Amino acid sequence: MTDLLYSETEDDLRAAVRSLLAGRLDTPGLLSRAESDTPYDHQLWTSLAAEMGTAGLLVPEKLGGQGASHREAAVVLEELGRSVAPAPYLTSAVVATEVLLGLDTDSAPVAGLLTALASGDGVAVLTLPLATAPGVSHLPAGLTGTVTGVADAIAARTLLVPTSEGLYAVDAKAPGVTVEPLVPLDLTRPLAAVTFDGVRGDLLADAATSRTAVHRGLLAGAGLLASEQLGIAEWCLEETVRYTRERHQFNRPVGGFQALKHRMAQLWLEVVSARAAARNAADALATGSPETELAVAVAQAYCGRVAVRAAEECIQLHGGIGMTWEHPAHLYLKRAKSDAVAFGSAGAHRTLLAGLVDLPAPR
Amino acid sequence: MKDSSPKPDAGELRRRTRDLLAAHPPAVTGHTDFLKARFDAGLAWVHYPEGLGGLGVPRSLQEVVDAELAAADAPDNDPRRIGIGLGMAAPTILRYGTEEQKRRFLRPLWVGEEVWCQLFSEPGAGSDLAALATRAVRDPATAERAGDDAAEESDWIVNGQKVWTSSAHLARWAILIARTDPDVPKHRGITYFICDMTDPGVEVRPLRQITGEAEFNEVFLTDVRIPAAHRLGPVGEGWKVAQTTLMNERVSIGGSRIPREGGMIGPVAQTWRARPDLRTHDLHQRLLTLWVEAEVARLAGERLRQQLVAGQPGPEGSGMKLTFARLNQEISGLEVELLGDEGLLYGDWTMSRPSQVDFTGRDAGYRYLRSKGNSIEGGTSEVLLNIVAERVLGLPSEPRNDKDAAWKDLAR
Repeated sequence: MTDLLYSETEDDLRAAVRSLLAGRLDTPGLLSRAESDTPYDHQLWTSLAAEMGTAGLLVPEKLGGQGASHREAAVVLEELGRSVAPAPYLTSAVVATEVLLGLDTDSAPVAGLLTALASGDGVAVLTLPLATAPGVSHLPAGLTGTVTGVADAIAARTLLVPTSEGLYAVDAKAPGVTVEPLVPLDLTRPLAAVTFDGVRGDLLADAATSRTAVHRGLLAGAGLLASEQLGIAEWCLEETVRYTRERHQFNRPVGGFQALKHRMAQLWLEVVSARAAARNAADALATGSPETELAVAVAQAYCGRVAVRAAEECIQLHGGIGMTWEHPAHLYLKRAKSDAVAFGSAGAHRTLLAGLVDLPAPR
Repeated sequence: MKDSSPKPDAGELRRRTRDLLAAHPPAVTGHTDFLKARFDAGLAWVHYPEGLGGLGVPRSLQEVVDAELAAADAPDNDPRRIGIGLGMAAPTILRYGTEEQKRRFLRPLWVGEEVWCQLFSEPGAGSDLAALATRAVRDPATAERAGDDAAEESDWIVNGQKVWTSSAHLARWAILIARTDPDVPKHRGITYFICDMTDPGVEVRPLRQITGEAEFNEVFLTDVRIPAAHRLGPVGEGWKVAQTTLMNERVSIGGSRIPREGGMIGPVAQTWRARPDLRTHDLHQRLLTLWVEAEVARLAGERLRQQLVAGQPGPEGSGMKLTFARLNQEISGLEVELLGDEGLLYGDWTMSRPSQVDFTGRDAGYRYLRSKGNSIEGGTSEVLLNIVAERVLGLPSEPRNDKDAAWKDLAR
């Protein structure tokens, strides 16, 4: 049976990550960094990924990783969601890492990349638009053209480029590679357009192996994104409850008005449900359950909406202050809305689900 | 709870269950006789104390016993028929009853020989249950006979009206709350009783509902005499006692383990698969959305169950009923639309008096109509949302003017 709880180790990991992030991230810092040319805090990444070892959670010990599982990585993502941290964790430590784990890990280039990623020293991203859902079918014929909306590409040392010939590893600084920053809706997860023009890369695997590995990477990304969404929703609810207990209008705390209480209670129900769905997906990924695709589709069809609603309620129930630049609520809304599209919208996952549970569309 | 003697473990429970089956082979033992033997062996509800149908072991070990009994095709006590007794009366009697009450009531309750009902709600006291007006006064004759210092020993005379009483027409006993002191604030002057439904002052009338059937009743209480020995808990403490009952009611409504598609979504999904002619794109998206929500609710219920087994009960239980009520209503509403022409028909409007509630039974129209009660019975969704907001999220309660006023001074 799926284990939907948190282990003691996971609770400890959470406490460590939360404490690290709480000490390093605040709203003014997030905002000034987001508006600068260097959206990432490299010291924070070093502490989180290398010193704390979270970058290597999914990587086997013999490749320098922690040999842990998606359950632990999910806990890290909950905390990253709670703090809207600008860190290439989901893209590099989860998606790119999973893709590489789906290849021949005994081959030197693959093993070398994994070791670099596990140490937190290297950052790699899969060169596909962030909105790509598991089950992608159309790929370019070679290392050519432009891919837009690639998350965290500006932080990447290595680009993993899926083509119909197979998966290439390309040095992000190689001649002919252009990584052009875009202006993202989500200020804390930078997007870029990546252009390849006369580029050389290492072909890591043949077409069939690559296709399976890319699917595996996107599935893990979609599945663990649910934990990030849970973290966002949790923060928004907690902060809203805290604020409405303190904020007085009509001579009493606004959180005492039934119209508001019911909205927060309803949100709490959805957060509780999102936690069950996210844990289910993380556990399925961790155990390699035959129901992984189903668990991921359910989590992605559910959790995105909860995070968006939590962020929207957070802004509304904060009143005017929730609409300001200096209050962090907008960062959560932007991350939540962007996450609702990332790795496939709820609708895309419902369509996947229809096939998995035999509820076909009309002909 | 610590005990010097070792508690039975799963292996020991399995052995005891096999011993029971060997001593009372289900094939040749009467239904009730088997259930009595099972109760006496402590295998009825294993988390109950020894001598009261249990062995004082963790509730999760019941699964071991149930699996052995199911494999042997042993008779069960039809838990749905006696749900109020099992889910509400029993835990309340266990916590607040005297030794004599526990020994008298729990065994026939569990075996199913005596059905229980719950006399709580009144026409003027539903969501505001503590406003109840049914009066219980000490019987002057027995009070005098017992003397001044033995007022505790007097019988009680009850007058009033209760409503929404499931199983009242089948019940031998009822749990009853009544007002014993109108001069104190409404939550304080209430006392909890066990009422004999065969008393001549008890009149049960069917209450026909939206579905056409009479699953509930209204109950009129006229000079019903309740002996002192059938008071449950101290005089004036009935509200506190009732909290035990109500908490258990909500858990039993929302907290059980269900398989995928085990609830209201099952019949709709089956219809969708079997009837391609009914499919439209709009219904497809709505069905998938609700399927996901039903699956997530199932997972949330399973997570709650795992928390309980791990000894980390969370506040999530208070939310499960809210979620299931909303889902049942939305899913059954969709089903009527999916069926199109057939959705315009209804199985049977003839008044019947079912012995148990069956939310998913009968047809789509019935499910749609019956589910309207899910957000009312056992606490309306609005009241439960307040409870979640105040007890789980710690939000302030709304200002109230009935907390300190005597019940008799409140507007009615």
